[in-house]
Amino acid sequence: MKFGVVVFPGSNCDRDMLDAIQYDLNKEVVTLWHKDKDISMLSTNDCIVLPGGFSYGDYLRCGAIARFSPMMQSVIDFANKGGKVLGVCNGFQILCESHLLPGVLLQNANQQFICKNVNITADGKDVLKIPIAHGEGRFYADDALLDELEANNQVIFRYCSEQGFTDQFCNPNGACRNIAGIKNKAGNVFGMMPHPERATSGALGNLDGRKVFELLGLN
Amino acid sequence: MTYNVQIKVMPLKDLLDPQGKAVLGGLKNLGIDKVADVRIGKHITLQVDAASEDEAKQLAEEASKKLLANPVMEFYEIEMVN
Repeated sequence: MKFGVVVFPGSNCDRDMLDAIQYDLNKEVVTLWHKDKDISMLSTNDCIVLPGGFSYGDYLRCGAIARFSPMMQSVIDFANKGGKVLGVCNGFQILCESHLLPGVLLQNANQQFICKNVNITADGKDVLKIPIAHGEGRFYADDALLDELEANNQVIFRYCSEQGFTDQFCNPNGACRNIAGIKNKAGNVFGMMPHPERATSGALGNLDGRKVFELLGLN
Repeated sequence: MTYNVQIKVMPLKDLLDPQGKAVLGGLKNLGIDKVADVRIGKHITLQVDAASEDEAKQLAEEASKKLLANPVMEFYEIEMVN
């Protein structure tokens, strides 16, 4: 699997993502510039990553303007053809605004930008320690949609305690039902607020991010 | 002709608005304690070149629906000024 990382004006986790994919996951990776449309170097067996940051200064709403950039038109086509897409943090916000994922990410309930390690779990058993760094990460959807996401197993990660309990005490931003990440119905588009690319290197003292890529089949 | 359009974008009523909550706290500190609730939205003005008011309104509607507001979290109201 080959990777492409999109760089928007205001992306600031693109270099970390490129570095993690190339040197920690040992995968081929290319940079995709927001003004370009060409993704012919990638096939639908590959993966496009939307990195974290503050695309277009977070103007209007986080991710709202990135949705209309030329490269995003290609990414939307790519996703609709079955190509894998991963959005991290601002990338998750862009995927929601692009309607590739349902729901929306609102300002954190405590009104603060939160930057710390949190525990997340895919299944309530294995717990991963991954950093978050966001001001707008409170996943919101109405109850009908949340029920549908759960029924279709579209919730990929929830915030949890060290033991794997997903209760309100380990919900950093007030996200509905502790949701930290979701996938689309087809299972090829993933969005998550925590930053796996910040936890893939032994030098950083945390390798749990590698398990995120493995769990999502992006390896 | 150029039409002036004003668009009000507000967070949905049943959503927590942390910014409004913070401002409510500020008002209380200021001694203004009779305010029960604060909600904060956006006021957007557009100058639209269109053949008719109806066309201008329709364009503002499209702009609001596709970009200016996100119906998952916000509602909008369009007002034609001239």
